[in-house]
Amino acid sequence: MTSTTTPTPTASSSSQPPVGGDEVIRTEDLTKVYPGGVKAVDQLNLTVYRGEIFGLLGPNGAGKTTTAGMLTTRVVPTEGRAYVGGVDVWAHPAKAKSLLGVVPQSNTLDRSLSVFDNLYFHGRFFGMSGRDAKAEAGRLLEQFRLTERAKMPVLALSGGMAQRLMVARAVMHRPSVLFLDEPTAGLDPQSRIAMWEILGELHQDGQTILLTTHYMEEADDLCTRLAIIDHGKVLALGTPRELKASTGIDTVVTVQADGDLEQLATLLRDGIAGATDASVVEGKVLLGVKGAQGVLPAVVQLAEQHGVTVTDLSINEPTLETVFINLTGKDLRE
Amino acid sequence: MTATTITPAGVGEHHELGPAHTSIGGTFVALLQRDLHVLLHNLKEFIPRTVLQPLLLVFVFTYVFPKIGQSIGGSSSAFSTLLVAGVLGSVILFQGVQSVALPLVQEFGYTREIEDRVLAPLPVSLVAIEKIVSGAIQCLIAAVIVFPIAYFVPATPVNISFNWVLLLTLTPIACVMAASLGLFFGTFFDPRTVPLLFGVIVVPLTFLGCIYFPWQELSAIPWLQWLVCLNPLVYMCEGFRAALTNMDHMSLLAIYPVMIGFTALFAWRGITGFTKRVIA
Repeated sequence: MTSTTTPTPTASSSSQPPVGGDEVIRTEDLTKVYPGGVKAVDQLNLTVYRGEIFGLLGPNGAGKTTTAGMLTTRVVPTEGRAYVGGVDVWAHPAKAKSLLGVVPQSNTLDRSLSVFDNLYFHGRFFGMSGRDAKAEAGRLLEQFRLTERAKMPVLALSGGMAQRLMVARAVMHRPSVLFLDEPTAGLDPQSRIAMWEILGELHQDGQTILLTTHYMEEADDLCTRLAIIDHGKVLALGTPRELKASTGIDTVVTVQADGDLEQLATLLRDGIAGATDASVVEGKVLLGVKGAQGVLPAVVQLAEQHGVTVTDLSINEPTLETVFINLTGKDLRE
Repeated sequence: MTATTITPAGVGEHHELGPAHTSIGGTFVALLQRDLHVLLHNLKEFIPRTVLQPLLLVFVFTYVFPKIGQSIGGSSSAFSTLLVAGVLGSVILFQGVQSVALPLVQEFGYTREIEDRVLAPLPVSLVAIEKIVSGAIQCLIAAVIVFPIAYFVPATPVNISFNWVLLLTLTPIACVMAASLGLFFGTFFDPRTVPLLFGVIVVPLTFLGCIYFPWQELSAIPWLQWLVCLNPLVYMCEGFRAALTNMDHMSLLAIYPVMIGFTALFAWRGITGFTKRVIA
């Protein structure tokens, strides 16, 4: 593993541009301060290239949705600029909208229209002739396995089906970039996997995708590159592999024990060979180790020598969560 | 699981297609088509909603009352004639609020289902203007449906005398004004309180909107005559009175400019309110 990424707030240049190198999204010092003074996004500089699945990973309230909003003409930036497909989003919003496909967090399907008509009219809004819109709506329904529901009201769809229809609607006009805001939040596990497959296939067909998520597995499995953000700032940017390598450890030991966990953390950090960091997160001690040979017996032994009973012990590779904890000292779910 | 075999074929191949074909005018027309499609699908709700209130109004005041010997507003024939203009005005006002403000409750609400139209490739202000145009068309349809009721239901003759120039100029203005008022109400009031509109605002507007009495006869109550000048419905009813009857009416020199002024005011407030609602 190579460690090429160092966490930096304006890190777009620090990560290698992916294949093609064609910019689809660029932000310059993009900032949003909401009335009342809350700074949701703070001088964000990002570049997303053609064909990427780019993830904005961060806890709730990190500024992900606001960032997506500023790129999709729904949130006016306080400062800075946003470009999509070379178009300045806020100088030419109508033109920018023709390049965007958006799947928002909530179900925004048109309740007054049937499943089929949601697609048909979307196509019409984007300049398709009636005939083309009909043909394309039919094709998409088949592709997204919704043909049998074509005439139903959208309220009759399950959460997973509604989400699939929203993705179908968003890609119908062949957008330069597809935005998905927490695409799998609230979906059951099966629908979530189905959604990942859909996004994977869209990606294979060359669709540039920007998604926001607070699920690290989603970011890890799906994204070609991602930015970890918190408090409206980019904390780290790179491929999932680069980010995990940047922690400098190859193993995370999770220890559950009875006793003073803070004390145990200090003990383990100082007493275990190769330990780089230890912190208490959600009632567990997380110990980062480089070179994990024989680490488990050593942890148990050290704890017991100091009168602490270990109740559970597990060993994992570092995850994006580890990266996040390393950067912020807190859990992604907080 | 079946969903895992989904193949979004062809997404990459046609990347250049979409944007090249869009035009603001075409998108605007498509938004209108969407609204008219919804209207056609909901005709069985639209027609009773539009017809029932004016039908009952005309039936009770101009059919039942004369039949049972109760008279209001002088001769019953004069009252039937007076009411034609009032009924048309009130139907247009109701329709404007119902067809624009009420759907916005749902569209701005939790589901934010207006979003796909807001993201259509045209300026947001045009999405709001489309709401006005679509509402105005619905007002016009309502007026056309209701006019025969006001003409044929009364038990006593209705003396209609068309002034086509006035009718063909005032009707579109009235329809656009009512739809603009609907947009203003729909964006000004919190979605939860919009249903209160009818009880608290629309009912007073209709009772004091010169539906049942001509404005000039209010000279007997001068403070009320001036107060109702704030009511946009007064100008609609008085305008239709001028366009459809030989009765006395408010000066056209007041009706036209005030109606146009109200329309501009409501449309401006409605469009800015709409934009504020959809863009953070």
